Amino acid sequence: MVTTSELTQKPSSAGTTADSSPLYRIDQDQVREEIGTERLLKMYRQMLLIRRFEEQAEQQTKTRKIAGFLHLYIGQEAVATGFLEHLSPGRDSAVTSYRCHAQALLLGIDPKELMAELYGKVTGNVKGKGGSMHFFSKEKGLLGGHGIVGGQIPVGTGAGFSAKYLGSGGASVVFMGDGATPQGTFHESLNMASLWNLPVVYVIENNQYGMGTACARAVSVENIAAAKAPGYGMQAFTFDGLDLFASWKVAQQALAIARAGRPVLIEAKTYRYRGHSASDAALYRTKEELEHYKTLDPIDRVQKALIDCGWLSAKGAEELYEQVAEQVQEALTFSDESALPPLSDLQTHVFAD
Amino acid sequence: MPAVLTPLLPPRRQLLAPGDPINGHKGVDLGDGMQLVSMRMAICQALFEEMTANDKIFVMGEEVAEYNGAYKVTKGLLDIFGAKRVVDTPITESGFTGIAVGAAMTGLRPVIEYMSWNFSMVAFDQIISNASKMSYMTGGMFSIPLVMRGPNGAGPRVSSQHSHAVEALYSHFPGLIVVSPSTPYDAKGLMKTALRQNNPVCFLENELLYNLQQEIPIGEYTVPFGVADLKRQGKDCTIVAINRCVIWALEAAEALAKEGIECEVVDPRSIKPLDIGAISDSVRKTNRCVVVEECYQTGGVGAEICAQLMQTCFDDLDAPVERVTTTENPMPYAENLENETLPKPHRIIAAVKKACYR
Repeated sequence: MVTTSELTQKPSSAGTTADSSPLYRIDQDQVREEIGTERLLKMYRQMLLIRRFEEQAEQQTKTRKIAGFLHLYIGQEAVATGFLEHLSPGRDSAVTSYRCHAQALLLGIDPKELMAELYGKVTGNVKGKGGSMHFFSKEKGLLGGHGIVGGQIPVGTGAGFSAKYLGSGGASVVFMGDGATPQGTFHESLNMASLWNLPVVYVIENNQYGMGTACARAVSVENIAAAKAPGYGMQAFTFDGLDLFASWKVAQQALAIARAGRPVLIEAKTYRYRGHSASDAALYRTKEELEHYKTLDPIDRVQKALIDCGWLSAKGAEELYEQVAEQVQEALTFSDESALPPLSDLQTHVFAD
Repeated sequence: MPAVLTPLLPPRRQLLAPGDPINGHKGVDLGDGMQLVSMRMAICQALFEEMTANDKIFVMGEEVAEYNGAYKVTKGLLDIFGAKRVVDTPITESGFTGIAVGAAMTGLRPVIEYMSWNFSMVAFDQIISNASKMSYMTGGMFSIPLVMRGPNGAGPRVSSQHSHAVEALYSHFPGLIVVSPSTPYDAKGLMKTALRQNNPVCFLENELLYNLQQEIPIGEYTVPFGVADLKRQGKDCTIVAINRCVIWALEAAEALAKEGIECEVVDPRSIKPLDIGAISDSVRKTNRCVVVEECYQTGGVGAEICAQLMQTCFDDLDAPVERVTTTENPMPYAENLENETLPKPHRIIAAVKKACYR
């Protein structure tokens, strides 16, 4: 079965460029076989966990147990899931924007410590000092969690610089939104990564809006990676970011190129169901648009594929969901029961030892 | 507080040429375990010694490698350490600062050169939002062992956009260490300290001090952060001066001595952490204080020192603390206007006399 993206069926509002559709085509059955049962079920479960974790976190903003910004990844799960499956923690690294919950969960950070961070508890991922936008793990290679749009792009490039300097064989995956691509750091980083042959994969998660501004109103080309990569002498991939199989396959190829010493620029055409952050009612888009994308739900699509090929039963899917719901409930309970940071923590870690 | 460690001026003998034509780190052996170095040699020597000792240290910036540094501070390092460790970048301060932050998070110890600190403004977000906050916002999980260095303050007749003094600016943010040496001895010792610790350091040099010469030990030494140095002893008035202003303060002190006013010149060497204890000790002795810096007066380092002295020396002061700063205008090009803008000796002399009611 050859799938072209349903995204292409939707009329584009983007400007007047002559870009032809560069969407990467895959044979879903072939990719599914290549991924294999165990790994596909693992990724499916991870996507369920991300979704459930964030839905519950969103609920807790209403109880005010979670405050501040909460940028949700709901709808975009296939992108990070497909990419991070290829990383080896301890050798590779990943960095992303403030929309960082999925990457942290995928790299294997305990949901308890992540939820506790959202609660501002001392048991949190960064001891209650970072919150929703700043998840990190030295052990798992997560370099953040960054709150300034585009600020993480050179940081991830630096991780690629280290990998090359140390000869570790590692690669760096740098996630950013479409809204980060007009920032200067995007241009500066890609230029140096190409100039120096750094093992970096840049993934633009084009969820169609930079906060409330439609991508077409902020970025001068429709297909960002396809249009911009040639300017840096880099290879580009564009794929249906709602399709886990495409994500996994593109990531596999991109990381192979990166590990061989060339940076790659990727654009995932995706969509977020929620507003920019939890406080955004998203009045800049139509209900019809949102409903259209919900029919393309990335988790539903994986579930359908798993059931269609007999790797998962409807009952099995339910059981998995229950497991995940329980795991998130444990994280909520853990966070509720955890202590606030002691006031003596106020000025610790301003400087390193 | 250490006394003046080595005579600053004049050196025992003048360098006839600007040092070794190839290796920027080599001083002139004077015997007795001493060497004559310029400021740029002293910094290069610290880089050379620490890069030799630790292969995780690398130098990156515009013109640092093949050009040997815009001000030749990195002269010879490319030939010694190779292009892997002495890295020419495009003109892309925000980009290479961010790369340095990422490299520091993943096991390396970057030294980045801003051709001048004026250009660090382009990288401000990376310095402030990333480098300065990373340790805190990761709950101590990551540290940023990063040295950012380059000339700070006014150059010679380079006008508005090339004359920023950034010590107050970067001192404002928790998480950054800010040092600004006025002598080759201090520069080498502070740089070695910077390269052995795990925090981001703003290392503020001065273009017009790069040729300043001093006899310094050939052997190993370091200068700790947060320890001021007495550059001159005196009983009548304390002058706290930073970087190039130390040289102007010493000039002013010599002139004032001829009029019977003996000034004590305290060089904080590091602005953050600040050795307010040493400054206060001196003020308790002289009961008067003038702060001299190249920053602007509003929110400058002098403002901070004044406020801290109010806490530590309120009952010891016989006169209000005077501040001599860059006047509050962008740097003009015309020579006479530039002279009046900078905190030069004639303005320091007037301020000391005012503080001494003379």
